[in-house]
Amino acid sequence: MVEVSRGKCIRCSGCVSVCPQGALTFTEHGIVCDLDKCTECGICVSFCPAGALKRKG
Amino acid sequence: MESYDIVVVGAGPGGSGAAYHAARKGLRVLMVEKRQEIGAPKRCGEGLSRGGLKRIGFDFDPSWARREIKGATAIAPNGRRVVVDYEGGEGWVLERKMFDKWLAEKAAEAGARVMARTEAVKVLKKDGIVSGVRLRNDEKEWEVKTPLVIAADGVESKVAREMGIDTTLKLSDVASGYQYEMSNIEIDPDRIELYFGNDSMAPGGYVWIFPKGKRTANVGIGVRKPFAKKTAKEYLDDFIGSRESLRRGSVIEVNSGAVPVGGLLKNMVSQGFIVVGDAAHQVNPIHGGGIPEAFVGGRIAAEVAAEAKQAGDFSAEFLSRYNRRWWEERGKILQKICILREVVERLSDDELNWLAEHLRGEELIQFSKSKGFAILAKLLMKKPRLIPLARKLL
Repeated sequence: MVEVSRGKCIRCSGCVSVCPQGALTFTEHGIVCDLDKCTECGICVSFCPAGALKRKG
Repeated sequence: MESYDIVVVGAGPGGSGAAYHAARKGLRVLMVEKRQEIGAPKRCGEGLSRGGLKRIGFDFDPSWARREIKGATAIAPNGRRVVVDYEGGEGWVLERKMFDKWLAEKAAEAGARVMARTEAVKVLKKDGIVSGVRLRNDEKEWEVKTPLVIAADGVESKVAREMGIDTTLKLSDVASGYQYEMSNIEIDPDRIELYFGNDSMAPGGYVWIFPKGKRTANVGIGVRKPFAKKTAKEYLDDFIGSRESLRRGSVIEVNSGAVPVGGLLKNMVSQGFIVVGDAAHQVNPIHGGGIPEAFVGGRIAAEVAAEAKQAGDFSAEFLSRYNRRWWEERGKILQKICILREVVERLSDDELNWLAEHLRGEELIQFSKSKGFAILAKLLMKKPRLIPLARKLL
């Protein structure tokens, strides 16, 4: 799964548009990762303009 | 139950283009926007050329123009400047918040019903046929009837994915953007500036300074994987930090986002459903501008919607005329420009410096159109390493 740094994330939701699994959702609380869908491919981590995403686990 | 001919999801330029043109054709239109304010937060450098406004089809209005622009300067890695004067082709740096609202007002005045802070939760189907949309505002949820949904919900494209159209952007087809709106900085107030440097300044993209006032500008960057080794923010911070003219400026707004710069979709429809704008990757791949592209996509969708209503046919087959028309009007040219982008991003700093010495401003302006191809190809042919790239352009 990916971990979101709430401090760095500026809620552009770009990661949602690159996730091949549709595992990321933009909610009022920020980005949420669906553990069942995430394959830990790291594409969102590479994409994030703010460096707010990290692979976890 | 409320009933509409079309429901448009998202009130950016793509949504408003669809809503305005559909309402003008006498369709009953609902446009919903999940955010509480149309046009904010922006994910945009806010540039619009006069040609872009012409394609949108409305006259200039001072309410959204922060600054009139007389031209552009492209700056090579070594600092060499190529100045482009837009004779008769000037543009503006907008206030998107004002511009998007102005477009939505046009749609509303044409007869569309517009609802901000209203989310499309789900597209409803009956026996596989689109029958309506479930909406949410505050804690209230309700359903409206419609045979056709137009998704203009931006780059994350949630609705299209739900409808089975794969709009996932490949990492190589998306620029990672970061931007500060800065004040109290030293800038050229009359020209936009584009700084190129694929080696280390902005790999696979560029830095822009778009003036919004004499000492205020959007200072932003787009970079792309696999070229970029750091985040967009880190590249932008380095750029600003290395410049006396910028580093003491104040930051009055921060934006970031994903900009589709490729991955044009062959199919943008399914039964009772059309996707437009960023959600359909309708963006000019050389500079990443998408306002006129989205509005035009919306307009074509509205035309097809009106024909579908008249024919009483909302099948994917009928709606696929949207694919054909969009590809004919915009797709072909954008696909070519995509190749140009693939060439430019592969040029080293030395090659960009060399190019800046040999390119004139009036040639450079052709680069956002297909005419620039021959000019660039001819130049690249002079350098042996670049001949394979030049061939791509021919």
